[in-house]
Amino acid sequence: MNATALAADEFDPASVVTRDPVVRVEGICKHYGSVEALRGIDLQFERGKLTTLLGPSGCGKTTLLKIIAGLVPATSGRIIVNGRAVTGPGPERAFVFQDFALMPWATVLRNVGFGLELKGVPADERNRIARSYIGEVGLQGFEDKYPHELSGGMRQRVGIARAFAVNADVLLLDEPFSAVDEQNRRKFQEDLLRLVEMERKTFIFVTHSIEEAVYVSDRIVLLSPRPGRVSNIIDPRIDRTADPDDIRRDPGYLDVVEEIWQGLRHYAE
Amino acid sequence: MTLFGYRIPMMASLIVWALVWEIVGRLDLIFLIPPMTAIIVAGFDLMQTGSWQNATLVTVRSFVIGMALAIGVGVPLGVMMGRVKIIDNIFGLWVNIFVSAPLSALVPVLMILFGMGEATIVVTVFLFAVWIIVLDARAGVMQVPPSLVEMARSYGASRATIMRKIILVAALPEILAGIRIGVIRGVKGVVIGQILVAVIGYGELFELYSRSFDMERFWALTLFLFAAAMVLSAVVENAEKRIEYYAGAR
Ligand SMILES: Nc1ncnc2c1ncn2[C@@H]1O[C@H](COP(=O)(O)OP(=O)(O)O)[C@@H](O)[C@H]1O
Ligand SMILES: [Mg+2]
Repeated sequence: MNATALAADEFDPASVVTRDPVVRVEGICKHYGSVEALRGIDLQFERGKLTTLLGPSGCGKTTLLKIIAGLVPATSGRIIVNGRAVTGPGPERAFVFQDFALMPWATVLRNVGFGLELKGVPADERNRIARSYIGEVGLQGFEDKYPHELSGGMRQRVGIARAFAVNADVLLLDEPFSAVDEQNRRKFQEDLLRLVEMERKTFIFVTHSIEEAVYVSDRIVLLSPRPGRVSNIIDPRIDRTADPDDIRRDPGYLDVVEEIWQGLRHYAE
Repeated sequence: MTLFGYRIPMMASLIVWALVWEIVGRLDLIFLIPPMTAIIVAGFDLMQTGSWQNATLVTVRSFVIGMALAIGVGVPLGVMMGRVKIIDNIFGLWVNIFVSAPLSALVPVLMILFGMGEATIVVTVFLFAVWIIVLDARAGVMQVPPSLVEMARSYGASRATIMRKIILVAALPEILAGIRIGVIRGVKGVVIGQILVAVIGYGELFELYSRSFDMERFWALTLFLFAAAMVLSAVVENAEKRIEYYAGAR
């Protein structure tokens, strides 16, 4: 069997073992009191790849991402990052929050450099690094603005720049574009792909948009409704050298979207 | 306020009322109301007297000490209540009872406990001011977005750093609002305390002037207190304005 092309009916966990797993999720279960949020999650995430966790809202995507981040303890199972078991947050992982989590009292520059500030990087150096990532996400000239002076899309660029600035191996993005309008969303997705290309990092990306998942992902993990379980793993294998608009019209792209939609539709009732 | 298209500053309304007062005073209708000009002259006179200077010193001192204690106890207690459920359960009920209790009624008890001196006044100021400071600090801490705390945690911040760089800063607008109301209540506390104790500071002077029907000095003293309360509140309000740019934007 082909190890990368997996249709819904031939899903076999043994075949998706990756070559260079940076993050390994082993038997993760999570209960919130009597609520079972996640059940027996086993996954591996490869370096330089973007993996999307896709599933209906409430299926435990945020929970799984926060467990990987070390922000929420798992009820059972473990997370291995770079060969070491996770016991809490660590410098090799950075989180991008759905609600941006920007400090309203701090400028864009200070917000972007805040991860470095907490690590004790001297002001000169962290401002230099922050400025370069502010440029990278297209916010040049906004260094001294406050978050409330920016649009939702620009705020999330600040959140992304902050995560990049600490130079973590693993980037965890929790529905980063959910508060961004449709036009900016596409621009964002293209920018994200450019950043994935540029930085050899492991991206774990959460979304509930099928189109977004197919467009940006190297691999899509479909989660079932609560309790969240891995229901399918799909490698879209989109040719990203093409023009973004052509990709969105490409039959291959549309087929994968349709396949996922068919896989999820029986949950949608 | 606008009149005939001109903007009239707030001070104008004060001046109008002072004029009305002056006219009523000149008409000699009520002996309780001497002319405003006479009150102001009496005020300047009063400032030269040793008894006023001494009373002011005592009053300011007990107010400052009482407020310092109220802030020093109130802010940390409110912050802890906002962060730690058990502490909130232990103190919550009491703070809510005291914040609206008629504390003047407690002053006679305080006199028995702390004597007829400055200590009683300090405690009165403290008791008047502290509860609202606690409640506002608590409210400020409780509205800090959990994702901000999580963000700091994800970048490796320690508990102390999270407290210093996130929670206290995010709660600052509410903490300052509590201190502003606390200051106003503290002024009430120092006046009520002194009037009830009646042998120290302004209380002694009020007692003296009202017994000798020296209404000019009596009102002059009252004006001093009004002015002090307004200035203090304006100072804190000014501090609040400096951070408003983000308080309004969250
Ligand atoms: N802190 C919490 N306490 C209790 N239940 C929670 C908590 N966080 C999430 N849950 C529950 O766990 C389930 C999964 O939540 P979440 O991970 O946020 O899902 P998703 O991100 O996929 O929408 C939901 O049913 C949610 O109500
Ligand atoms: Mg979520």
